[in-house]
Amino acid sequence: MKSRHFVIFLTLSFLTLGLFLADLAWGSIPVSIREIFSVFFGKGADAINSEILLNFRLPKAITAILAGASLSVAGLMMQTLFRNPLADPFILGVSSGASLGVAIVMMAATLLPVAFISSGWALIVAAIIGASIVLLLVVGVSFKVNNAITLLIVGIMFGSIAGSLVSVLQNFSNPDAIKLFVMWTFGSLSAVTWNYMQVLLPVVLIGIGMAFFLQKRLDGLLLGENYARGLGISIQQTRFLIVIASGLLAGGITAFTGPIAFVGVAIPHIARGLFRTSSHKILLPATVLCGASLLLICDIITQIPTYTLPINTVSALFGAPIIIWIILKRK
Amino acid sequence: MSILSTQNLTIGYSKKGKTDVVQSELNLELRAGELVCLIGPNGSGKSTLLRTLVGLQKSLSGKTAIDGKNIAGISQHEKALLISLVLTDRVDVENATVKDIVSFGRHPYSNWWGNSTEEDDKYVSEALEMVHIQKKANHYLNELSDGERQRVMIAKALAQDTPIIMLDEPTAHLDLPNRVEIMLLLHKLAHKTQKAILLSTHELDLALQAADRIWLMATDTGVECGVPEDMVFNGSFNRTFESRSYFFNADNGNFSMNYPMTGKVSVSGNKTRLYWTLRALARAGFEVVENADVRILVTENGWQIENKTISSVEDLLLELTHLVMIYTTPDI
Repeated sequence: MKSRHFVIFLTLSFLTLGLFLADLAWGSIPVSIREIFSVFFGKGADAINSEILLNFRLPKAITAILAGASLSVAGLMMQTLFRNPLADPFILGVSSGASLGVAIVMMAATLLPVAFISSGWALIVAAIIGASIVLLLVVGVSFKVNNAITLLIVGIMFGSIAGSLVSVLQNFSNPDAIKLFVMWTFGSLSAVTWNYMQVLLPVVLIGIGMAFFLQKRLDGLLLGENYARGLGISIQQTRFLIVIASGLLAGGITAFTGPIAFVGVAIPHIARGLFRTSSHKILLPATVLCGASLLLICDIITQIPTYTLPINTVSALFGAPIIIWIILKRK
Repeated sequence: MSILSTQNLTIGYSKKGKTDVVQSELNLELRAGELVCLIGPNGSGKSTLLRTLVGLQKSLSGKTAIDGKNIAGISQHEKALLISLVLTDRVDVENATVKDIVSFGRHPYSNWWGNSTEEDDKYVSEALEMVHIQKKANHYLNELSDGERQRVMIAKALAQDTPIIMLDEPTAHLDLPNRVEIMLLLHKLAHKTQKAILLSTHELDLALQAADRIWLMATDTGVECGVPEDMVFNGSFNRTFESRSYFFNADNGNFSMNYPMTGKVSVSGNKTRLYWTLRALARAGFEVVENADVRILVTENGWQIENKTISSVEDLLLELTHLVMIYTTPDI
């Protein structure tokens, strides 16, 4: 079993690395692998190529890896916490909160100073604030309720409230603002520049670090909360930490890339299927690699047509069939 | 030696200042090496008591002490080293093998990364052997029958290596052979490992046979504790399960139904056939008395009533209905 896991991990690592290079090479201006190496190791590289690679494709590819890993890890934690195979990182309403923040900035823009809105930070700050508010509400509730299912319902309700507030805003907005908002909901990996990366990277690393710290408790939760208590796991504290970690991951990624659907729900199942284990010690790194690979593939696919497709449509095209497969298999 | 004891423990639910007391002022004692069965009618608070004792639920007042330490003052982790649980919650873990589930019992002992040591492996394989499921150690959980699953959860509790094991209705959903086997297994484990095992159950006859001690919970009168036979002699079961439609039959430790009685007969004869004859008579509404007008003789392969030989219970009951009518008609 151990050696089988090792072989799959090795294969997945090489796959991720290969896809990473392919994602760098692919695009409207193809760059050869040789060029990529000469850019990175500074041996007589073409100035245009190095501009494209270093300031555009490299942050985009890294964002794809971070987003894929974060959403998958958050999805895995949610599925374990709620013992529900269809839970996803957004199930607690985090992305709805982020959407609300973004919608407020875009559609109520006349009330805000122009300099703030025109800087890219406006949307990100708004999304982070929106996601954080919903997250804090859910965390507050998590201390009050006895079981995870109640928490799940409350999260979905907060999400619906945020969603309907977005609709209210849309109802009173001009078409340009609505188009802008809809574009945001399509998701984009290319919005993350090196500046933003300085914020996104630590958030993601903290979130994934927390997930690894919680792996033993996540295993315990598989037996259900009562059995987990019987094994000495403090449920309130664990639930709180899981909500914070997945909120950081899902909220952070959504703030910078827009909501990316399906990755979070589908990847944990792929990882479980590949490794045939329930141990989070294995599943966490597995979801990181699978998630990163899937989003790199999605990003490569978005580049195939002459007019770039939004990442959200591609990930959904991949994710939806997987979800259908899961449902049919579980029958 | 008492390992767990309660002092004036009051259990129940408290919500928004309203308290709903289920049982009050309980003074119970659990001893090492004993299997204790907690029985009582639905709603008497068996589950509430178990949940309170293991700390899944707060008590309303009073205290529970394990090894003299108040459990309110000890951490979740310390509790996990003292009590292990087998609950009614369904465990469904995708891709988990029997061994994986039993290994969960070693959780409280491992470091944060959860690597198992040689000692952990030893406890796990011993636990698997004790419940006789070692052959299926590498099977996935969803390949097992309900009885096997229950044994796996018991193995998990054993691997946890606690002085106390508590089980909430471990025989529910099992067929008779499995119910008997689980009870016997727990009885053996209590004696062999010197653990205190407390379980709640509805299986009165099994509990009477397997338990070293019974905690009998009544809805109003609290909990009576004692050795099963003593409780049969002092009529505790009949008081607790009082009902017009059945009674606790002290002769065989079962509940028997109170059938409406319409006629009287006397019965004598062959021992094994006698038992089943009496059952049939009770169901058909015939009271068995010493000197009735109708006398039944149970023979090796049939019955005799007034020199008439009958070969099946069906014919016997038919004949009796006929006879009783004759004897009772003149009175009308």
